[in-house]
Amino acid sequence: MSTDVKTRNQELIQEVLSAYPEKSAKKRAKHLNVYEEGKPDCGVKSNIKSLPGVMTVRGCAYAGSKGVVWGPIKDMVHISHGPVGCGQYSWASRRNYFIGVTGVNAFGTMQFTSDFQEKDIVFGGDKKLDKVMDEIEALFPLNNGISVQSECPIGLIGDDIEAVSKKKAKQIDKTIVPVRCEGFRGVSQSLGHHIANDAVRDFVLDKVDGKASEFVSTPYDVAIIGDYNIGGDAWSSRILLEEMGLRVIAQWSGDGTLKEMEATPKAKLNLIHCYRSMNYICRHMEEKFGIPWHEYNFFGPTKIAESLRAIAALFDDTIKEGAERVIARYQPLVDEVVAKFKPRLEGKTVMLYVGGLRPRHVVGAYEDLGMEIAGTGYEFGHGDDYQRTTHYVKDGTLIYDDVTEFELEKFVEAVKPDLVGSGIKEKYVFQKMGLPFRQMHSWDYSGPYHGYDGFAIFARDMDMAISSPVWGMTKAPWKK
Amino acid sequence: MSQNTAKVLDHFDLFRQPEYVEMLDNKKTCFEGGRPDDEVFKIADWTRTMEYREKNFAREALVVNPAKACQPLGAIFAALGFEKTLPFVHGSQGCVAYFRSHFSRHFKEPTSAVSSSMTEDAAVFGGLNNMVDGLANSYSLYKPKMIAVSTTCMAEVIGDDLDSFIRTSKQKGSIPEEFDVPFAHTPSFVGSHITGYDNMMKGILTHFWEGKERQDNGKINFVGGFDGYTVGNMREIKRIFDTMGVDATILGDNSDVWDTPTSGEFAMYDGGTTLESAADALNAKGTIFMQDFGTEKTRDYVKSKGQEVVSFNHPVGVAGTDEFLMAISKLSGKDIPAELEKERGRLVDAIADSQAHIHGKKFAIYGDPSMVMGLASFLMELGAEPVHVLATNGSKDWQAKMQALLDASPFGQGCKAWGGKDLWHMRSLLATEPVDFVIGNTYGKYLERDIGTPLIRIGFPIMDRHHHHRYPVWGYQGSLNVLVKILDKIFDEMDKTTNIPGKTDYSYDIIR
Repeated sequence: MSTDVKTRNQELIQEVLSAYPEKSAKKRAKHLNVYEEGKPDCGVKSNIKSLPGVMTVRGCAYAGSKGVVWGPIKDMVHISHGPVGCGQYSWASRRNYFIGVTGVNAFGTMQFTSDFQEKDIVFGGDKKLDKVMDEIEALFPLNNGISVQSECPIGLIGDDIEAVSKKKAKQIDKTIVPVRCEGFRGVSQSLGHHIANDAVRDFVLDKVDGKASEFVSTPYDVAIIGDYNIGGDAWSSRILLEEMGLRVIAQWSGDGTLKEMEATPKAKLNLIHCYRSMNYICRHMEEKFGIPWHEYNFFGPTKIAESLRAIAALFDDTIKEGAERVIARYQPLVDEVVAKFKPRLEGKTVMLYVGGLRPRHVVGAYEDLGMEIAGTGYEFGHGDDYQRTTHYVKDGTLIYDDVTEFELEKFVEAVKPDLVGSGIKEKYVFQKMGLPFRQMHSWDYSGPYHGYDGFAIFARDMDMAISSPVWGMTKAPWKK
Repeated sequence: MSQNTAKVLDHFDLFRQPEYVEMLDNKKTCFEGGRPDDEVFKIADWTRTMEYREKNFAREALVVNPAKACQPLGAIFAALGFEKTLPFVHGSQGCVAYFRSHFSRHFKEPTSAVSSSMTEDAAVFGGLNNMVDGLANSYSLYKPKMIAVSTTCMAEVIGDDLDSFIRTSKQKGSIPEEFDVPFAHTPSFVGSHITGYDNMMKGILTHFWEGKERQDNGKINFVGGFDGYTVGNMREIKRIFDTMGVDATILGDNSDVWDTPTSGEFAMYDGGTTLESAADALNAKGTIFMQDFGTEKTRDYVKSKGQEVVSFNHPVGVAGTDEFLMAISKLSGKDIPAELEKERGRLVDAIADSQAHIHGKKFAIYGDPSMVMGLASFLMELGAEPVHVLATNGSKDWQAKMQALLDASPFGQGCKAWGGKDLWHMRSLLATEPVDFVIGNTYGKYLERDIGTPLIRIGFPIMDRHHHHRYPVWGYQGSLNVLVKILDKIFDEMDKTTNIPGKTDYSYDIIR
């Protein structure tokens, strides 16, 4: 990017910082930067407590565990343990698609809660939890297990959910997973992912270790890790892996089941999409079972082809040929999509603010359509995310970590991108400004965006947002 | 490969293509470890039996698919109804992310609120520092005229004291001494979102009214309560007051807050009750409450200040609106103008035109306690039978009053009020004692799918249909909207069940 843009971005950062009280400005300064090419990271601090009172976009550990990692495991009942709210607001809102008979053998779009009352806070909720599990067993006999997703009060009142879970697991002879993901733990969703990963390790993988299993392995067994099947993402990814000759034995956790999780140590390779939320369990499986893991990116044809080849390189020639076959097979579709949409999107600029892997992973998909990323940032990224981001962004890109709504609004006002990609809380703010917007958490109720099939949808959606006639109507004609 | 650019297949169609169907079947058979289909369908059938219903109603601890949320959500709702007010929720930050998302999904509007972002250290040492720094940050960045503080369960469990924290923050200079910071403790483990609305509304009035002498100025106050139709309703209520020439103050007017224009500029604050009129509302002659359940504490507080208080249960329909207007008339001394009487006549006219299609139809209703009362009354007025009336956040007192209301009407015979029950209970009710239609919020679509009872979407939240909150459900005009919603579904169902050529060509009528 030109020196002008870099200077403008630097000035912009100074401008937003000047609105804060001195102490807070100092803290926020560490999270905002203009990327300089050649640097090993983006030059921002991350994974630090949000400032109080600034309207952070971040959520909590419970959101990271129940909402992200555990919630999509469809054949288990996930109890939102504590007051009613957390489970209510996160009820079915994340679009982790699954196939099953809801309420009978699948529970992904239901809200189970122990609905804490004052007496549970005062006297403790362990007895209630015990009874909740009995009632789940009585009414939902085809559940394959239960997880306890702790809400804030659990850790504060000294409940022993581990003891209750252990006792009930023995009693009903099913997997029961206590998760200490109280919302006050850590600084964002991120610690919730980690805690949830640890719970998988302790209460799923450790339990199957050593048990004889009828599982028949093949040399091509892989697991998809860190794909939540938003709008069917994991499905439009799985199909490519299978077409190239691999056998997907598990999906974590979109459309996933307990049995798939248990089978994962049999995989020859773990393929991880959302590094942020599931790297922990991959590292564990590498250490304990010797399973290598590989990060891939299925957004946009360039990255998909790169990823397919890199995955294939870890297997024999059959798979390598398979990868080339898949790439060639989809090339006409890619050409068609690019031919149709690139001329309409070429040169358009995008500002992103999302979580997980998307602040970097989707960059390639935009570039495949000729679009440019003017700014990006992570809700709950760590240093390793910002290092990985350097492979994606260009010199001069505005970088903002744990951005506040105030900052994001000011940045967008000044940068004037052609498209903003962020979440539901941001969507309407920017649309009021007359800016095209796509929710990049829920795919704005569309999707899938992963894989070649997903790329066609992604391209259509970005074009639809930018080309909508509505953006030309924001000013009354008599005001022009 | 089925994907193409001429008609891009997204999730609706893509996964029904043969290559995906085969892939997903294979996943299921080889890796998922589920039970055989016949066993699954057997259990599915069993969940619709009376035996299952009994087990389901024997639940003492587990709550499944409740129709209620927690207190701070309601506190934010109440706070946002005041001019340039920033809701500030003291406790964990994730809660505020949830509240903002939840409202935005319903209203399709931005919702501004902040958190004091308490974490482990605050759990141990208390959240005073978070409050002190948080108020300073909010004040500098968002330049509100008022900050309304509520709490999450975390702050409540550790016992943080808002009153003293706010005082200390002011002493430490994080906000000016005279800056308005009303507050309410809103523990999530007590009551529901409507309780939080009540606590915050009372908190705001207390902040402005305490220690002041009341001098009756003859005006009227209006409190709507937690209401998913607030945008349409408040505008309708203001129109009614204007039409009657009544000098009224809406306490908590969210209508412009959640309905800002797309004009090229984002206005974080828009509309809301001015702080001056909130303060002056002490001097009103009386206050009208539209939803008695969920404004009890505010009502008693207002009464204790010497005002007359009239409290309704979400009036919908002819008799409900009649009473509402007569109460305004009585309080204000203004007559009900001919214009409104004409509107009344038009509503009666519409009911007369359509009643034959509604009479005798059986309904299930769920939602907030006052709202379902108002809707049940309207249904009985239409000659319909509200067979199951359920409020997860309905108390024993509500259940008794609701039951009395049903028992008093010939159309309520055999109908039952269910307080404290959830939508999994409702599922059993619909399966074992079927009705023609269910009225409820978006989550009712799971009932519609599982049991087959058509859903009429009235309630909060409505996240899968757009813009309904822009139309009132109060007043004669609002009642007409409710009538049309119900009728549309009835006619749609008639057409849906008579549209097979060669089989049901009859009854598929062009005139109804």
